[in-house]
Amino acid sequence: MQTLIDILSQPSILVAAIALIGLIAQKKSAADTVKGTTKTFVGFLVISAGAGILEGSLGPFGAMFEEAFNVAGVVPNNEAVVALALQEYGRNTALIMFFGMIVNVLIARFTRYKYIFLTGHHTFYLACMLAVIFAVAGFNTIGLIAVGSIALGIIMTLSPAIVQPFMRQLTGKDDVALGHFSAVGYAASGLVGRLFKGSKENSTENIDFPKGLGFLRDSTVSIALTMVVMYVIVAFFAGPTFVETELSGGTNFLVFSLIQAGSFAAGVFVILSGVRLVLAEIVPAFRGISTKLVPNAKPALDVPIIYPYAPNAVLLGFFSSFAGGIVSMVVMIFTGGVIILPGVVPHFFTGAAAGVFGNATGGIKGALVGSFVNGIIISFLPVFLMPVLGDLGFANTTFSDADFGVSGIFFGTLANYGGTIAITIALVIILLLMFIPFGKKKEAN
Amino acid sequence: MKILAICGSGLGTSFMVEMNIKDILSELGVTGVEVSHSDLSSATPDAADVFFLAKDIAEGGTHLGEVIVLDNIIDKDELKEKLVKLLEEKGLL
Repeated sequence: MQTLIDILSQPSILVAAIALIGLIAQKKSAADTVKGTTKTFVGFLVISAGAGILEGSLGPFGAMFEEAFNVAGVVPNNEAVVALALQEYGRNTALIMFFGMIVNVLIARFTRYKYIFLTGHHTFYLACMLAVIFAVAGFNTIGLIAVGSIALGIIMTLSPAIVQPFMRQLTGKDDVALGHFSAVGYAASGLVGRLFKGSKENSTENIDFPKGLGFLRDSTVSIALTMVVMYVIVAFFAGPTFVETELSGGTNFLVFSLIQAGSFAAGVFVILSGVRLVLAEIVPAFRGISTKLVPNAKPALDVPIIYPYAPNAVLLGFFSSFAGGIVSMVVMIFTGGVIILPGVVPHFFTGAAAGVFGNATGGIKGALVGSFVNGIIISFLPVFLMPVLGDLGFANTTFSDADFGVSGIFFGTLANYGGTIAITIALVIILLLMFIPFGKKKEAN
Repeated sequence: MKILAICGSGLGTSFMVEMNIKDILSELGVTGVEVSHSDLSSATPDAADVFFLAKDIAEGGTHLGEVIVLDNIIDKDELKEKLVKLLEEKGLL
């Protein structure tokens, strides 16, 4: 028994076991089952290896930033923070993810929220954040996994639900939903766009926009380029003497910065490969099983599905959101405390989507202002999220997307004021509210 | 034949396209086609015979060789139409 517990408390073995269950449930061939289980196992270890690369790059960055500005500088990046957190919270993350997906199916089956959240990497990352927050809140292992799974299942359903009115307006249909944990930012952008509904017809797609920025969609390129810029600026402010005596062991400070920035991108690249391996079997199993159990399910899919609806708004939204991030950063410099640096990846993916929604409700003005607001939201949420993450709040990276911030701050604040009981009561109340079938008529219309 | 679905980060969208392609292949009873997904950075021309990309990142994948661009990534009918055409060209259907 003890051996079994030891084996399953190794997260890599545990996720492999989850994949194995999924493969058997789908009655896959023996060869596919062995292949899929092994890949999942190795994938988790690849993530750990990526975490090592990232730590090597983030450490010097944090040190330089402190030396230069006397405050902590934080680069929000989901992959980075998850890889670091998994070292301690891997087992609980895997269990919360597994049971959270079951809760999602149950909610979709028995309530009017028919959303099945299929963006597996976001499920994985949110499971990880919840594992951290509920551990900091003081739950024991069983309680933590129960509460974490219920919270995850609820967020997997509510996040698509709050963007759905805007999805209907954008796509003209109600059978596909958006599964991306930055829904608060998208809904905000859609709402802001409505302020400009008078100029809705003046769409971003009527303007002739320069092409050739598509390479920014290549995440390795965009991460490497922005990290080079940030690293070099910070290195200049920290000064060559500090960098060369304290960090680089004599290597020229600019060369050192360039290599470290590249290493950050390399770390994320490795982590992404690992995440892909971990999810390769789990997501199709979840999709297959959930569509069988919930016949009228609305699949909630990853954010790029909406980009083709307004390709110009994608670019405008990115720039405007990034501008919001820079303005927020300047405000933080003056107000003190940590400084959240605008990361290109979150601003690209969420800013682009905010632009598309803002454009759908309020044309060019809606796209510009809506995604600017999104940029401010995803810059300031991490400031309040980091204190509830325990030791992980002191890493030089954190969760980047809006729903991570909103749900993390919600549970973290509850924990501060009412401990584990407050969180449990809140989850029960939310679940009960979701089961009340009001508004059913409206849905039918 | 090997097909690779590609999106910006290689996590969600390309994975969905991969699963849809697999669904259609088994619906059509076509076997022997390997399908996987990847990000734009990792994709090289030798990684597959045919690449499926969404319209919005199509300009980043021009170097890959035989590329099929999807106008609407969630439209399974469009995907099926283009996939059937491809399979017929390759003599697999």
